[in-house]
Amino acid sequence: MSRQITIKDVKQIAIGAALLGSGGGGNPFIGELMAISAIKKHGPVTLLTPDEFPDDEIFVSASNIGAPAVSMEKFPNGNEFINAFEIFEQYYNKKIYGTFPIEAGGINSMMPLVAAAKMGLPIADADGMGRAFPELQMSTFVLAGHSVTPMVLSDERGNTSLLNTPDSFWAERIGRDFTVQVGATSSSASDPVTGKELRSAGVLNIISLSQNIGQLIQHTNDYVSVNSALTALLKLTHGYKLMTAKIVDISHTTSGGFNFGEIILSGLNENEGQTGKISFQNENIIMQLDEQILATVPDLITMVDMDTLQPITNEEVRYGKRIMVLGLPANEKWRTAAGISLVGPRYFKYDVDYIPIEQRYAEYQNQ
Amino acid sequence: MYKLGIDVGGTNTDAVILDDKLNVIVSTKTHTTKDIETGIKKAIHQVVNTNNIEVSQINQAMLGTTQATNAIVERKNLGRVGVLRIGYPATASILPYTEWPEDITSILSNRYALIHGGYEFNGDPIAPYSEKEVQEKLSEWKNQIDGLAVIGVFSSINDDQEKRVAEIAHKMLGKDFPVSISSSIGSIGLIGRENATILNAALNKVIKNVTDGFSNALAEENIFNATVYLCQNDGTLMSLPFAAKYPILTIGSGPTNSIRGAAYLSKIKNALTVDIGGTTSDIGVLVNGFPRESSKAVTIGGIRTNFRMPDVLSVGLGGGTIVRINNDDSVSIGPDSVGYAITERALVFGGNTLTTTDIAVRLGFCQLGNPRLVESIDKKIAQKAMTKIASIIENGLDQMKTSAEDVEVILVGGGSIIAPSLLSGVKHITKSKFGSVANAIGATIANVGGEYEKVYQYSQTKRSEALADVEKQAGQQAIMAGAKANSIKLVEITEVPLAYAPGETTRVKAKVVGEIDNSK
Repeated sequence: MSRQITIKDVKQIAIGAALLGSGGGGNPFIGELMAISAIKKHGPVTLLTPDEFPDDEIFVSASNIGAPAVSMEKFPNGNEFINAFEIFEQYYNKKIYGTFPIEAGGINSMMPLVAAAKMGLPIADADGMGRAFPELQMSTFVLAGHSVTPMVLSDERGNTSLLNTPDSFWAERIGRDFTVQVGATSSSASDPVTGKELRSAGVLNIISLSQNIGQLIQHTNDYVSVNSALTALLKLTHGYKLMTAKIVDISHTTSGGFNFGEIILSGLNENEGQTGKISFQNENIIMQLDEQILATVPDLITMVDMDTLQPITNEEVRYGKRIMVLGLPANEKWRTAAGISLVGPRYFKYDVDYIPIEQRYAEYQNQ
Repeated sequence: MYKLGIDVGGTNTDAVILDDKLNVIVSTKTHTTKDIETGIKKAIHQVVNTNNIEVSQINQAMLGTTQATNAIVERKNLGRVGVLRIGYPATASILPYTEWPEDITSILSNRYALIHGGYEFNGDPIAPYSEKEVQEKLSEWKNQIDGLAVIGVFSSINDDQEKRVAEIAHKMLGKDFPVSISSSIGSIGLIGRENATILNAALNKVIKNVTDGFSNALAEENIFNATVYLCQNDGTLMSLPFAAKYPILTIGSGPTNSIRGAAYLSKIKNALTVDIGGTTSDIGVLVNGFPRESSKAVTIGGIRTNFRMPDVLSVGLGGGTIVRINNDDSVSIGPDSVGYAITERALVFGGNTLTTTDIAVRLGFCQLGNPRLVESIDKKIAQKAMTKIASIIENGLDQMKTSAEDVEVILVGGGSIIAPSLLSGVKHITKSKFGSVANAIGATIANVGGEYEKVYQYSQTKRSEALADVEKQAGQQAIMAGAKANSIKLVEITEVPLAYAPGETTRVKAKVVGEIDNSK
C-alpha cells in the first residue's frame, strides 16, 4: 500500500541515506532541508510500493550531480526538475508518471522527494544502487541493459541540456562538462524506465529500508543499551560489525575530481591492539583489519558513532572520533559477474577479488 | 600595569588581576547574578579592593560572557532583522529561517528577500546583481527592522556585493544602522552562515547592553585607563568597537577560556584539561596551546550555525554532586548536584546532603569546612565512592584521548579538590593554586585573533600564493579586531579539497593571533 512521506519521514530517510552512503554520497543535510521546504510548501509525497508501479508508465530519476561541498553553499532554485521533466514529457510526448532516486545513499536520496513534492508526482520505492556510487553508469539499470540517457541536465538559471549518448560513459563525460560550466553542481533527470522495468531492474523497497534504518538510529536511546540497538540495526540490514575503533589518521588527496584517501583506525574494546584501514574513493572501497580484508565494494562499508549509531560521512571524519565500522551486504544484483566488473574492487584499481562479506567475515571468525 | 579579566559563567562570575608579566596578583569568585551586571560589579569591586590595586594602573580589561548566548536561548532583547540573500535564482529551494523555531522567527519579524546576484565557486557571477532590488527592499523595510543581515552566495570568494549592500543600507537607513555581512562572520555553508549572520544582526541591542554595562562597572570602580576587550569563541579577544559589530562571536567563550587558562597556569601545550565545577566537569583537549575544535556545528537555542566550538565533553560530576549510599552499601554518584548551594547543603558546611566534596574531605584530600562533620562516614564506603568518582573522570578522559598512551592532565575549576591524585591512563596531573579561576585567567591572557577562509582553484592560483593570501587576510581581520600589526603569528592553516569540483578546488582557512595593540 502506498503511503505519504511527511517531514518526520524525511528526517528518518536522511539518516538512513547517510548510512547507505558508505562514507560518500555527500552529507544529506542540504537535500534534507530542500525536501522539508518542498513538503512544507506543497504537502506530503506519495510513496509507491513496487507492486503499484504501473507497468507501462514512465518513471524518471531525479538527482544532483557535481560537488557536494559546493551545494552546501550554492544549492538549487527548486524549479530545475520541473524544467527537466517538461523536456522529458515533450520528448516522449507522454506524461511522466513518477520519480525515484538513482542512489538511495547520501544527498541524492532527497532529490526525488523535492521533485515529487514540487510536481505532485508519486515516488517509487526503488533505486538503482541500494547505496551510493560515484559514477552514472554504476546502476542496476545499466546492469540490466537500460540507458542512462535520455538525460536532462538543468541549472537554476533555466539552462537545460538534453543528452542522448551511445553509452553511459559519454553521458558521464558530457554531463560533467555541463556541470562544471554551470558552477560545479547541476540537477539531473535521467534513467527513464517503465514501471515494469523499474520493478525488475531496481533495488526494491530501498526508501523504506532507509527510513527503517533512520528510525532505529533515531531511537537508539530507547534500547536497553547501544549494543542492543546495534544488534537490531545489524538484523535489519543483514550486516556485520567489523570493528570498534578510534580514528587515528586520515589522508586525503583529490585527483580527477575524486576524493581519495585512507582512514586509519586503532582498535578499542574487543579490537584493542588491532589496526584497521578503510580506503575510500568518495565512498569506502576496502576495509582491512590487521592487513586482512574484511569487506570490499560493492558491499557497503560504513562508519557509525560508537554512542549514538549516527552514520559518519567521510567529510566529517576526524581524528579521535570513536566509531564502529559496519559491513552490509550489497544487493544481489551487484554480486553477479557483470555487477562485480562494474563496481567491484578491480574497477577502483585494487588488485583484490570480490568475496561476499559473509564469507570474508566467517573466515575471519574461524581463525 | 595590570590586566583585569572577568568570566561570567552559569554559576560563578570570576575576576582576576594579572601584572604585566602575567603573574596572578589576586582572584575572586562570586555568584553570577540574574542581571549579570551586578555580579560583574561585585567581582571587580572585590579584586581591586583586596590588594589595594592602584586602579589607574589597570590598562586592559577583558570580559568573557554568556549574555549573547542567553539572549538567543531566552529570546530576550533581540532586534527585528531584515535578511537579504544575494544569489537568486540559485538557493530558492531553501528559504531563510527554514527549520528555525517559530517563536524566534516571529520576534525577528520574519522579513527576508532573495535578490539576484551572488557568485559561483570560481568567482563567476550567478546572475547580474541589481542595486534596484536592494533599494526597493530597504525602502520597504525602513523603520520596520533594527538590523540588516546580508548573505551572498560564495561571498568568501568575493565579498564586493555584500559590502555594496552595506553601503546602500548606510545611505538609506542611516550611517550607524547595524549591518551584518556574512563574509565576516562565518565560513562556507550558506545556511549555517546565514543563520549566524541573522543572529548577529539580532544581537545589536544585547551587545550594547553588555559593553555599556561593562564600561559602567569599570567606571564605578574608577577604572578609566583600561582598553576593553571581549572574548571570542576561539580563545582570542576583540576590541569593543569590533565586538559591537560581531556580537555572535562572543558565544561559547567560556569553555575556551577555561582550557586556555589551564594551559597558561600549567605551562603545558598538549594535554587534556578537566574543569570540575559545581555540577559538571568539562573535559577539553589542548593542542599546541589551543583547544581542539569540535567537528559538529553548534546549535544555539535550536538554531544551527556553522560555528565551531571547542571539543568539550561534559560529564555529570562536580564538587556539589550528590553521593548516595544504598542499602546494600553500594554507592551511586549524582548525576544531580546541590550546585552553588554547596556552602549550605554539604555535610562539611553543616548541611545534611552527602556530596563528593564531603567524600574528598573525609579522605583527607583537602581541608574544607568542618572535617569533624564527616568523620561518621565509613572510610571504606568513602573509598568506594572515590573509586567511582575516579572512574567517571577516567571514562571521560578516555573518550577524549586521541591515542591509547597515558596523557598529561591539567586539573582546574572550583570543584577540582574532589579529584584523586592518581588516575589510570594518566601520566601526570598538574594543578595550580589559581586553578579555580582558570577561565578568568584564560580571558586575561588571550591574544587578539583573526580568521579567514576562501576557496581557491590551484589550477588558477598557485598553492603558495593562495596560502599566503589567506594568511594575509586573516592578519588584516586580526588588526581590525585590535592586534598589533607586527606581532601577528599564524596558528594554523587548513586545506580541504572539494570532491567533484574541477581545477584542484580547495578550501583554505587560516587562523592567526597577535598581541594587543595598546596604542589604539
